[in-house]
This record gives sequence, C-alpha cells and structure tokens, in this order.
Amino acid sequence: MRDVSIIGIGQTAVAEHWDKSIRDLAVEAAQAARRDAGIERVDALYVGNMLSGELAGQENLATVIADAAGLLPVEAIKIEAACASGGAALRAAALGVAAGAHEYALVVGVEKMTDYLTDGVTAALAMAADADYEAGHGISFAALNAMLMRRYMHEHKARHEDFAPFSINSHRNAARNPFAMYRQEITAEDFAASPIVADPINILDSAGICDGAAALLIAPSAEARKTRRPPVRIAASAVATDTVALAERRDPLVWQSVADSARLAYAQAKLGPKDIDLFEVHDAFTIVSVLSLEACGFADRGSALKLAAEGRIGLDGDIPICTLGGLKGRGHPVGASGAYQIVEVVQQLRGEAGAAQVKDARVGMAQSVGGSGSVTVTHILQV
Amino acid sequence: MKTAAEVGIAGYGAYIPRPRIATRAIARAWGRDEGGRLPVREKSVPSPDEDTVTMAIEAARGAVARAGCDPGRIRAVWVGTESKPYAVKPGGTIVAEAIGATPWVSAADLEFACKAGSEAMQAALAFVGSGMAPYALAIGMDAAQSKPGDHLEFTAAAGGAAFLFGPPEEALARVEASTSYVTDTPDFFRKQHMHYPEHGHRFTGEPSYFTHSRGASRGLLEALGRRATDYRWAVFHQPNPKFMRRIAAEMGFTEAQIAPGAVVDHIGNTYSGASLLGLAGILDVAAEGDRIFFCSYGSGAGSDAFSLVVTRRLAEVRDRAPLVGDYIKRRQPIEDYGEYLRIARKVRLL
Amino acid sequence: MELPRYHRMRGTLYRLEGSACRKCAHRIFPPRPVCPRCKAQELEPMAFSGRGTLYSFTRVLQPPRGFTNLGTYSVGMVRLDEGPMVSAQIADADGTELQIGMPVEMVTRKLKDAEEHGFILYGYKFRPRLRAAGA
Repeated sequence: MRDVSIIGIGQTAVAEHWDKSIRDLAVEAAQAARRDAGIERVDALYVGNMLSGELAGQENLATVIADAAGLLPVEAIKIEAACASGGAALRAAALGVAAGAHEYALVVGVEKMTDYLTDGVTAALAMAADADYEAGHGISFAALNAMLMRRYMHEHKARHEDFAPFSINSHRNAARNPFAMYRQEITAEDFAASPIVADPINILDSAGICDGAAALLIAPSAEARKTRRPPVRIAASAVATDTVALAERRDPLVWQSVADSARLAYAQAKLGPKDIDLFEVHDAFTIVSVLSLEACGFADRGSALKLAAEGRIGLDGDIPICTLGGLKGRGHPVGASGAYQIVEVVQQLRGEAGAAQVKDARVGMAQSVGGSGSVTVTHILQV
Repeated sequence: MKTAAEVGIAGYGAYIPRPRIATRAIARAWGRDEGGRLPVREKSVPSPDEDTVTMAIEAARGAVARAGCDPGRIRAVWVGTESKPYAVKPGGTIVAEAIGATPWVSAADLEFACKAGSEAMQAALAFVGSGMAPYALAIGMDAAQSKPGDHLEFTAAAGGAAFLFGPPEEALARVEASTSYVTDTPDFFRKQHMHYPEHGHRFTGEPSYFTHSRGASRGLLEALGRRATDYRWAVFHQPNPKFMRRIAAEMGFTEAQIAPGAVVDHIGNTYSGASLLGLAGILDVAAEGDRIFFCSYGSGAGSDAFSLVVTRRLAEVRDRAPLVGDYIKRRQPIEDYGEYLRIARKVRLL
Repeated sequence: MELPRYHRMRGTLYRLEGSACRKCAHRIFPPRPVCPRCKAQELEPMAFSGRGTLYSFTRVLQPPRGFTNLGTYSVGMVRLDEGPMVSAQIADADGTELQIGMPVEMVTRKLKDAEEHGFILYGYKFRPRLRAAGA
C-alpha cells in the first residue's frame, strides 16, 4: 500500500446558503481544493453525504457533482455513514489511492439541510438511528444524546453547567474561523439561559442545522512534492462500528466504536493520545465530546469534564479540541462535517489557522461519529 | 336465560386513563354557571396516545393475568364500543394479537351504544356455555364522544373493563343467569361521518333508560325468584349519578349495595365501559358467596341483566392486576378547557 | 411506517417479543438473526414481561415529523427485568415524575396515528409501574 497525503483543501462558509444548491456548494469546495493544490487532474470523486436523498430528493449524487464540476467521465461514488460520511469518504478515497487504483482522488463532503422544515430535518437525521427501534418511536437524535447526558450526570454526579466549557471553547475558536457559522463567543451565563431541546440538552449543547461543503484532494505522498502547498500525510485512517441502537450496548456510556477506531488509528500511526497536538472532536452535542475524549484515552471514564474545567481543551491547552469551532461553532452540515474536520487539521498542520493556530502542531487527529456512536471514522494527519 | 353448561368469570380487568378535567372548567368555557350543580366533579379523558383499542388491551391483559390461563386458548375477543378507532377494520383483532390469542380465535367489535360491552359478555357467556370455547373475552370500552358544549360533555368519559368467561372450576364468579330486554327506541344515535352523537334530551329518560333497565332487571329477578335483598351488590348503567341511583332505588337496592360500583361518581360516564367498570369495581371488594346483580343499558335501546355469585378464587387472584380504585386514584389534572381540547385531540394539527 | 413492515413487527410492537438464544440462553431485544454473544443462529422468539427499570430519560420538545401531534413527550431507556435494554416513549409522564431507577411497565399505545393512508400504528411504550404487586 502506498503512503497517501492531502495536497489540496477547499471549503465553503458554513451557513444558511439560501441561494446555493447542493451542487453549487459541492462544486465551490471542489474547485477550491484543486486550486489550492495547483492540480487539475482528478481520477476519482468520492462524495461524503448523508441526506441528499431525503432532503434534496437526489441520489446518484456523486455523478450529479462530477457532472456539475466538469469532471465527467470520472469514476464517482457517494459514501454514506450518517454524520461520519465525510470522514468515511476520505477513508474510501485514501484506500483507492493507496491501492494504486487512482493517483489523484477528490473527496467532497457536502450537505444541504436548510431547504427543509425543522421537523423534517429532525426526522431525517433520526434515520441514522435504528428506524424500527429508535426513530420509529419518535426518539430524536437530541433525545438519544440527552438520555446519555442525563445518565452520565447521574453516574458521575455532574451538573449540566459542567458541560458549558465545551460549548464555550467551540464558540471561542469559531470566532477566529472566517468559514464558521456561529462566530460569536458565549459565556457560562448564555449557556445556562439557553432554551432546552430535550432535557438536559439545550441549544448551546447542540450543533445547528446548516449547509456547507468541504473538499480534499489526495495523492500518493511520493507525488505530493509536485504540489503548490505543503502536503499533509495521512498517518492513519480507521473505521469501527457498534450497535445502531443505543439501548443494545452493554454500557451506553462506553462509546466502543469510538474507542476501537481510535485504537486502530493509534496502531497505524504508531502514536498514542499523548502524541496528538490537536483533536477535532465530533462535538455534535457536548456529551459526545465528553464520551469521545474518554473513549480515545484523553481522559479516564468520568473525568473528561475535568479536562475541560481545567482549560486543557483550549488552543493553548495540552489537548486543544475543535480548534476552528468544531461542529458546534463552525456548524454541522452532517455529511460534510468529517471533511471540514480534515480541512481544519490540514490548516493547523500547515500553520494556516490564523488566530486559531495551535503552536507547533505536527500531529492532528480528526474523528467523525455517525449515529449515536454506531460508526466512527478516525484519521491521524502528520507533517 | 341460562347456559347448557355452567360458566364462570375466570378473570377481569379494568382501565381508566389518567387525565381528568374538572367539569367546572367545561362550564366556564361555555359560559355556564360553574357554581351550579354539575352531574359529576370531574371526568376521565384519554391521553393523546390512547384510544378504545389501547384501553381495551390493558383491560384485557388484566383479565388474562387474573385468570392465569394460556391466552392461546381464548376462542373469542369481542370488543363492545361506540368509539371504534376505525370505521372499518376490527379493533378486536388488535386486542387479540396483543394478548397472544391469535390465530384460533373469533374477533369482532360489537355496537349497541352503551350496552355493547354487556352484549359481548352475553355472547361470550353463550360461547363458553355451549361448549364451543374454553375461554371467551368480552370487553366494554369507550373513549366517549360528546359534542363540545353539549350537556353530555360534562360526563362523557373514557374507560371500561374486560371479562374473561371460562370453566366454572376456574371461576372467580359463577354466572347464574342472564337476560336481555330490547325495543327499538331511538334516544341517541350517530350516523356515519358525524363526529358526535345526537340525543333525545328528556326522551333519554323514562321511555329509554328507565323502561329498559326496569324491564331487564325485573325479568331476571322474576325468572330467578329473587328480590334486591337477596343480593349483596348491584350495578346499573351509569350515564350520570342521578339515573343510576333512581333505578337502583326503584328496584329496591340500597346505596350500600351500589356504592363500590358507582364509578360514574368519580370519572363520569364511560358509555360501553360504564356498567362493566362498575362490575369490576364491585369485584374489587366482593367476598366469597356474595351475589351480584348487574344491569346495563344501551340507547337504541336495551338492557342486559346478569346474576353472579362470587367464589373463593376472587380473593386469590384480585391482586394480579390493578384495581378500579388504583386507576381512579391515578390522576393527571387538566388545567383548563384549552388543554382538554389538545389532550382529547379535539383540535387537530393538519 | 409502511403497512407490511408494521405487520411484520406486530410480535415485537404488541407483545414485546425479542429473541432467546438456544445455544447460550442470551436474551435479546429487539429480535435478531444472530446471537451477539455467541454468534449462533439458533434463536427463538421470546416475549418479555414488560417490567423493568428506567435507565435514563428525556423529554422531546422538538418532535420529529410524524410525532408533532403529541405536543411534547417523554422517552426513556428501560432495562428489562430479563436483561436487555429498550428505548421507547414513556407514557403517562410529563417528565417531572420520572427518576433514573424507577420501576416501569410496558403498555400498548398509539405510536403514530397519521401514517400514510391514515392507518394507526400501535406499539409498546412504558409507564411508571402502577402497582408493585401487579401480575
């Protein structure tokens, strides 16, 4: 297998894009990534997307985007792994390049959510849960995470306000990211006053509905020297799965697919949690950050809240997370989020993160989680 | 009417939904005198996720639990109701499926205004008494309908009960005899596609409720050569506390005999469920050897009367399911008429 | 949900039927084709008692499409007495009376009554246990 690097990145602002369609967004990010690399050639297109069928009435999406971007007759496929679709698309593309099937593969994560009414989006997102045994009972994604959060608070004697630092951190970092959607800093008071979605989860615990696309051009590392920008090596790429229904886990507070994919990624990269300079966590809800940090070995069970309380997750902390806003601050266009995370890690490792730059960043981890911890994609990037 | 072979009630179960609205709130909403005399203090209302079928399932489970029999041997599930969730499609099949009685079972919904439940009881009694079935389940259940603003709205309530008929050796009460008294008397009706029933106001009294309740009661007492004093307990159909007490007194029953079955006083009129719920309330307190007199009434019109004798088994199985009193005590007060309209699904979201 | 799919699930929805593994006796809800513990495929249907305790709960204030006519509602995860855990709506509860660890029991309620073609979907929910000595 060949070593693979990311040679170009592109993204649209995460926003309510009332004047842009799903293909407009995808093409904008795709062209930006090719420009960034200074490479026109694309041998294969991998599109990470969760909901185009449901929210845009469009499947066969990769062909639609290949066509719109002027890439025909290139091989094009859509990769769907719920909210982890963006990360999974990179994984698939990287395998293709590593195996020698392609030289230049383009990954586009895209989601267009705002065309739909909120109750429709809520129902669509719940398709990542078990249709018969969760979504079919009116149990929304927020509700699944709220039940985890309440249980966590019960087992670890935590208060809701203990989760505030995660949201505050994401918003603070988003304020330094021109592509982020929620660029206003928030306070603990704002967090406490935020309206409840599914108790104890409030609006500021949750990533919002939005539109966006992010793209990555990848190539064998041996070719990467020819590109315009410094290449960033994919040191690890790993996927793991768990039961789709939360209730069927032995212990719902142990996110085993997160732990398993991180373990596989650490092994591939021959690195451990202490070697990671920054971690793009899938903070769809604050409780997800907590469970992920614990599953990935950055905190012992029940102690991730302490990590945040001690300020260790900030840009100058020992494990900066969500450095450009995360899902909460940048926004969570679900199938695109995994691709945004990779774009942001590349920005950090290239030293292009501006006011959000993590000093001396050499190793970054990005992790996108689909369902309530049922599928997890972990990438470790290195310069 | 007596069956060829002896038949007993092997199990019974009740159900009353949790929400309750004070009749004062209804009076206030319609500009009536809320300080004046209202027929009952409050009435039960189904939760938004409840209907006649869900309530029948719970009552049926109670009956099966008390009987302790294999539900696969129940040969009939008959639901008497005037609030079928489907105009066409049986609710009885859903109940039968839920309790595990399918597929070797007869299932249907019966309609005879408020006596559809006792109609089901009589059919179940005959089904078992003829030897066609070891067990047959009869349910009377309603999410009672009333036109907003109509005086029926003060009493139209939700609930009912289920009775599992079976062999005499498993009886918690043996059935002595039953009779029906029916004429064509159009005191209350609802046509297809009408949302709410219409009724004949004063006509629902003497020519309807009283004539038929009296006819069936006298018929059964005379056939058995009995008087009210031969019974420990009695239950009548209870559209309101006044009618029930008037017919009971006329037939010679005292307040003490009807009190445990006077469920209307607490939750209102549950239509097809009303007399059955009253009987369940009496079984909750009755002792071995007690005789129970039962008489339903349904508009249209007719009454079914039953004479029962309690066995020792009643006390042994009573605690296997909630008592009527447990359901009465379990209350979720509805604050105002607006919330009532939402909970009772009288305002619909398109 | 589509009619044939609803019909296929009636044992689970109406009677809380899951699976029991003939090889390792593991009890599973909802039913599965392969035992997650011993990987055997010799599974048989098993109806659960419907009694359990509340593992966690929340109140859905922003219902998904198809559930908006309930207003808001409570949902929970229930540890069944026989072992498995199940997620479901919690009936007869406005949320304030719920507590982790409290005993609950299965009831059958309307899950949806505005399905395509207008049919009513009945299924299991749980509620705070009515009577400790109930059968």
